[in-house]
Amino acid sequence: MAIAKVCGIETEYGISVLGSPDANPISVSSVLINAYVSEVAGRVGWDFETESPGNDARGFSFEAPGNAEMETHLVNTVLTNGARLYVDHAHPEYSSPECISPKQALLYDKAGEEVLRRAMKASKRFMPPGQEIVVYKNNSDRKGNSYGCHENYMMDRAVPFAKIVKQLTPFFVTRQIFCGAGKLGTEILGSQGEVSFQLSQRADFFEEEVGLETTLKRPIINTRDEPHADATRFRRLHVILGDANLSEFSTFLKLASTAVVLSMIEDGVLDDVELQICSPVQALRKVSCDPGLKVTVDTTDGRSMTALEIQWSYLEMAKKYFEREGIPTVGTSEEVAVLLGLWENTLSQLEEDPMLLRQRLDWVAKLNLIQGYKERHSLGWNDPKLAAIDLQYHDIRPEKSLALRAGLETLLDSKDVDMAVFEPPKETRAYFRGKCLEKFGESIAAANWDSLIFDTGKDPLRRVPMMDPLKGTFDHVDGLIQSSNSALELLEGLGA
Amino acid sequence: MAEREQKKKTQTQRESEELHEEVQAKNESAEKLKADLDDLLDEIDEVLEENAEEFVRNYVQKGGQ
Repeated sequence: MAIAKVCGIETEYGISVLGSPDANPISVSSVLINAYVSEVAGRVGWDFETESPGNDARGFSFEAPGNAEMETHLVNTVLTNGARLYVDHAHPEYSSPECISPKQALLYDKAGEEVLRRAMKASKRFMPPGQEIVVYKNNSDRKGNSYGCHENYMMDRAVPFAKIVKQLTPFFVTRQIFCGAGKLGTEILGSQGEVSFQLSQRADFFEEEVGLETTLKRPIINTRDEPHADATRFRRLHVILGDANLSEFSTFLKLASTAVVLSMIEDGVLDDVELQICSPVQALRKVSCDPGLKVTVDTTDGRSMTALEIQWSYLEMAKKYFEREGIPTVGTSEEVAVLLGLWENTLSQLEEDPMLLRQRLDWVAKLNLIQGYKERHSLGWNDPKLAAIDLQYHDIRPEKSLALRAGLETLLDSKDVDMAVFEPPKETRAYFRGKCLEKFGESIAAANWDSLIFDTGKDPLRRVPMMDPLKGTFDHVDGLIQSSNSALELLEGLGA
Repeated sequence: MAEREQKKKTQTQRESEELHEEVQAKNESAEKLKADLDDLLDEIDEVLEENAEEFVRNYVQKGGQ
């Protein structure tokens, strides 16, 4: 039986320092995050004067604000919106809070961009004159180094993993036709010059079909089994295949279509469907290298299908499933009708002419810019100006971002994004985490996805487990948080 | 009969007018698209990193997940 598709996105951002190309990315990422923390902490009214700032109360560390000599060891922060902001593998990373729907996960992904923008601004006062930290929401440096944008979806533990792999792989190989972020050329050694443009930032870096790795020999389906919840009931499907999207449509379609397909897998809807791609890794790259969307891949039952045909077959099954059962695991029936309509509309337009989607999908928007610029200035595909456009598309500074100039249509209200920078989702345990940090931050010794540890001063540390992502919501705990004047009162109220 | 001819003609005429309008609208939207793209490319010329080669060369990241 399909369960609610609680989901979220974690993004490792690219980082560089203008005026100091050799700066240590780990130190710089720490400065960036510490700068944000000191600024935001001010905003939620924490009193630094009376605190011991090194005690990691909210899961982060820093010296007194205003001190330009900031601590630069690895930082790990939990934000009041329930997200985690930290340094991972020499990149600043924002992990969104647990969200109840694809639309909400899109909102919190965009809020993450805003957090990073504010962090860049806040970091200016900690940087030497002439130096500035710049953050990019992309997945590669065009030199063979890649960093990820991972999605997470809650699944029923009872579904065998092998079934997920079998039924999900053809969908994953082909969904890049709407959620690829686009890339000029290829980073596969020896193939440069053969590929002018790809749908996906990441396809070059995938070498396996299934596996545990995330930094080398990356697999299409990652087997990391770390549910951050009750492991007897839940699985967290950790998806490492996706690109970091700037387009709200691309992000929404990626999350929504995947959540629908996962629900179908849980409900056994795909059990009798014979659709397997012969060599998924090669197929992934083949599809990525064909912006014309005409290339076919072989299936194990002897067919040759385009990526579009494979997507149509998943969509048709999803529509029937929706008519039969409604898909409440992904949203209300109105919401699901909208997302299925958008998925269908996108496939139709891709079929007619992908350029129709230049204001909706990242790879099309980027290709439109690169092609237009190339023709205007009569440039070759390997001109560095085109590579610069590829990178600068992902610069998240408003004054520099090319994605922002591409006229992308939006799905969100910017006021909601601003609010999501601070406010947690109401429908998941992120609400409890975020609100406790806001109100009782000084009494929280450590925060994690599935627990909060309180230090009330006199007793031993007290751990509040949060093993069900759907408990600790606004409805469950808001009254208690509001009426508690101290962490101790809160703990008594919880019976913890 | 004459009346029917007349009617038919009118219909054909109407269809051709509609078609003409449609073609005109398409041309206009194609022109608008080109103008939009031109504006966009002007803007890229303004904001694109000045030394593209150096920018691209200096953008080096440590690998991640």
